Amino acid sequence: MQNFWEYLTKIPVGLATVFKTLFEKPVTIQYPEEKKPMSPRFRGRHQLKRYEDGLERCIGCALCAAACPADAIYVEAAENTNEERYSPGERYAKVYEINMLRCIFCGYCEDACPTNAIVLEPIEFPTGYTRESLIYTKSMLLEPPPPGVPGTPQQTPPGKYDRAILPFPPIDESV
Amino acid sequence: MAELVNLTIDGISVRVPKGTLVVDAAKSVGIDIPVFCYHPKLKPVGMCRMCLVDIGTPKIDPATRQVVRDEKGQPVIVFGPKLTTACTTPVSEGMVVRTATEQVRAAREDVLEFLLASHPLDCPICDKGGECPLQNLTMAHGPTVSRFDYDLKFHNDKHVPLGDLIFLDRERCIQCGRCVRFQSEIADDPVLQFHDRGRGMEIVTFSDPPFDSYFGGNTTDICPVGALTTADFRFKARPWELKTTPSLCTHCAVGCNLALNTRLETKTGGYEIKRVMPRQNEQVNEIWICDKGRYVHHFTRAEDRLHYPLIRQDGKLVETTWEQALRIAADRLERPSAILVGDRIANEDAFLIAQFAKAIGAALEQRPALPAHYADVARAVGIGSDADFKQLGAGDVILVVNGDVEEEAPVWFLRLRQAVVDRGAKLIVAHHRSTKMHRYAAAIHRYEVGQAAKWAASQRADWLQGARNVLIVFGDEHLDGSSARALAQTLANWLILGGFAGKPNSGLLPLYPHANTQGVFDMLEHATRPANETTDTLWLVGVGADEPAPRANFIIVQDILLTERAKRADLVLPALSFAEREGTFTSGDRRVQRFYRALPPLGEAKPDWWIVQEIARRFELPWRYEAPAQIFAAIAQQVPRYAELSYERISRVEPQWPPMGREDLYYGGTVYDNTGGLGARYAADAERSALSPYDVHVPEPTLAGLERTPRLLYRDGELIRRSAVLRAHIVAEPLTA
Repeated sequence: MQNFWEYLTKIPVGLATVFKTLFEKPVTIQYPEEKKPMSPRFRGRHQLKRYEDGLERCIGCALCAAACPADAIYVEAAENTNEERYSPGERYAKVYEINMLRCIFCGYCEDACPTNAIVLEPIEFPTGYTRESLIYTKSMLLEPPPPGVPGTPQQTPPGKYDRAILPFPPIDESV
Repeated sequence: MAELVNLTIDGISVRVPKGTLVVDAAKSVGIDIPVFCYHPKLKPVGMCRMCLVDIGTPKIDPATRQVVRDEKGQPVIVFGPKLTTACTTPVSEGMVVRTATEQVRAAREDVLEFLLASHPLDCPICDKGGECPLQNLTMAHGPTVSRFDYDLKFHNDKHVPLGDLIFLDRERCIQCGRCVRFQSEIADDPVLQFHDRGRGMEIVTFSDPPFDSYFGGNTTDICPVGALTTADFRFKARPWELKTTPSLCTHCAVGCNLALNTRLETKTGGYEIKRVMPRQNEQVNEIWICDKGRYVHHFTRAEDRLHYPLIRQDGKLVETTWEQALRIAADRLERPSAILVGDRIANEDAFLIAQFAKAIGAALEQRPALPAHYADVARAVGIGSDADFKQLGAGDVILVVNGDVEEEAPVWFLRLRQAVVDRGAKLIVAHHRSTKMHRYAAAIHRYEVGQAAKWAASQRADWLQGARNVLIVFGDEHLDGSSARALAQTLANWLILGGFAGKPNSGLLPLYPHANTQGVFDMLEHATRPANETTDTLWLVGVGADEPAPRANFIIVQDILLTERAKRADLVLPALSFAEREGTFTSGDRRVQRFYRALPPLGEAKPDWWIVQEIARRFELPWRYEAPAQIFAAIAQQVPRYAELSYERISRVEPQWPPMGREDLYYGGTVYDNTGGLGARYAADAERSALSPYDVHVPEPTLAGLERTPRLLYRDGELIRRSAVLRAHIVAEPLTA
């Protein structure tokens, strides 16, 4: 009997919480129509970066694939020519695939990359209805060229891009 | 037995033959002295200075010429004021070598710092990255940081074609000269040389066409950096992604041991051979392979590989099921039929075909037909079952008759040349034209084209007298069957009458066209019956497109590719290539060796033995073989010469010297260690019992014989045509006399 009275007094307390939150701003957001701002260092979907002149940073070395603990990355390389150049140096990634179902977003690929070409960006997470659609190919991963700059392949003058690995630019400490 | 010398390396007592170099003596007790320019198969030059060690010798009293001893009775050791190169210093009695002192450590660190001063450090895109001696030795002995300014690195050309098969990266080259020395010391194609000096020093080729050699691919294996890369493997895969399977080369009679490197590929949706590497077998190919063996592998994933059985309907070949194809084949084979067998198929396949032909009474022939005329002679007086090319040297006679060893068996050329040039064997060459072997000949005999057998019959061969061993290499250039047989018999008689038959390092060495000519002959021997005009059904198993075949009403072609011959067939049965199945080959020197499955099967293609067995089952032959190992056990029971052999025996591996496995990248290069077996030779007839000389009848040369043009290495064929990198090298016109 004593318990009954206890229950009865607790009900208005609970309802008070309910009515209070009714007038508060909701926590849930309508993903994917609505998106939550993410930390710039968030390890989301991968992006293959480009240099300012539009050339791909990726040189097809497959060190990301070697570092990947989930065996999610597959790379096939090919040789650049001055007539058809994708990246600086002799080698570029002809095939670059990431199986997003396997990826555990650990970021080891970023660490392994000698040209900072692959970056896990705070952009939308990969979703899909089939397994095939979640194998991201190079065209899906590659960032668009900067405005007004042609994409790849480019025709380049001989001798200008004979080095695959360029000294890194200074690290941006703001992010 | 050579005189032995005692020395101490890092406190370990070593006993090695006199003349051994310190670096090899250390290797024999498991002490690794790092090297770049030294290679155990090449002469030492001491160029890279990486092998510097502290060497001391016992002090000798100049007056008494005796070793000076301290109060404890131990010899007094005098160490040099400076370090010494271990790769150029031979061992001496009482020598003390120290490889772990601070001085040695500092020297290694400094040498590496200099080597890396202008090395580009583009390991991520370098084909050697991951199996690179420079990378590994830097990790083990190098400085952690360089005192040189990165921006002052000297830049050089990164894409210099040395010929169309090998590319040079001048920046990566550390000027060790291994490639230069291989080309001049081993291959004797001295087409590479150093040019200029100091920082301008580079490797150049000055032959026309550039880098004109059959052995150029080996320089990429022994290159201790990624300076030399092959056009075939350039940027194709990283070494750590590759799966390795032991295999055999199928293109000539040497039977080189290969390692097939495979990897998953999007284009073909499965495993694909990315490169072919040598597998060490000191008895067969040491660590070398020719460029044909290295680059012809592309046929295994050619676009016109056969995936399904094909049947001719309304004049066109259409896909069908195995059930239907086998039923039709069995129905047609009930009529008078003939089976032609190519000499690239495995022993197991040939054995079953022979049993089947005997059971149904079909005619059976080997193709090419020519070697079958003399294979029994070559086998009877063949080299001993424990013969070793390395033991051939001073006092031995090597006779090359009517054969071009470099074209027909390139790796035997390397080995015989070393026996002659390095170890002093006497070479006698008899040929109607000049071959590369003529360079080292002590005596040269010439005869008219096609007259080899007549020439041999006219000789008294007294130049063989007094020799320790006599090895006779012979070919069938411009000969027909009976002339080739007469030649083989004459040469065999020289060995028998001279008392050389049955000696381990004496005998005949035939230059057969393919990897299993001897094995197919051994399997088919007692079932062979020539085809005649009554042939209704003709079954061709792995027969080359240019081989003559009798007329027939119905032609069954069993092949791996849609060849010109298959396109004209009535029924096409798809077989698996050597890379997709198991089996054994018998090399020209009767060594039975195993090859293993490296690739998954294509479509519904099946191994040849399976196809034969399935057809045989429709004739109610009670075969239930499930693997080549079972068939080989049957071969051992039914073919007397193979009685002592088994898969277990030919798969046996012994440690090879010098050791060149993957643990020893810095020492031997990127060759693979042998995990698939060294193989075993079956005994020559002469080893079992004394032979009586052959009764030789020498026929007149015929037109058919004269038309048998030399078998050049890059001759046109269905397989070489499918290799894009070698296509430009195909010799279109056969070489005529």
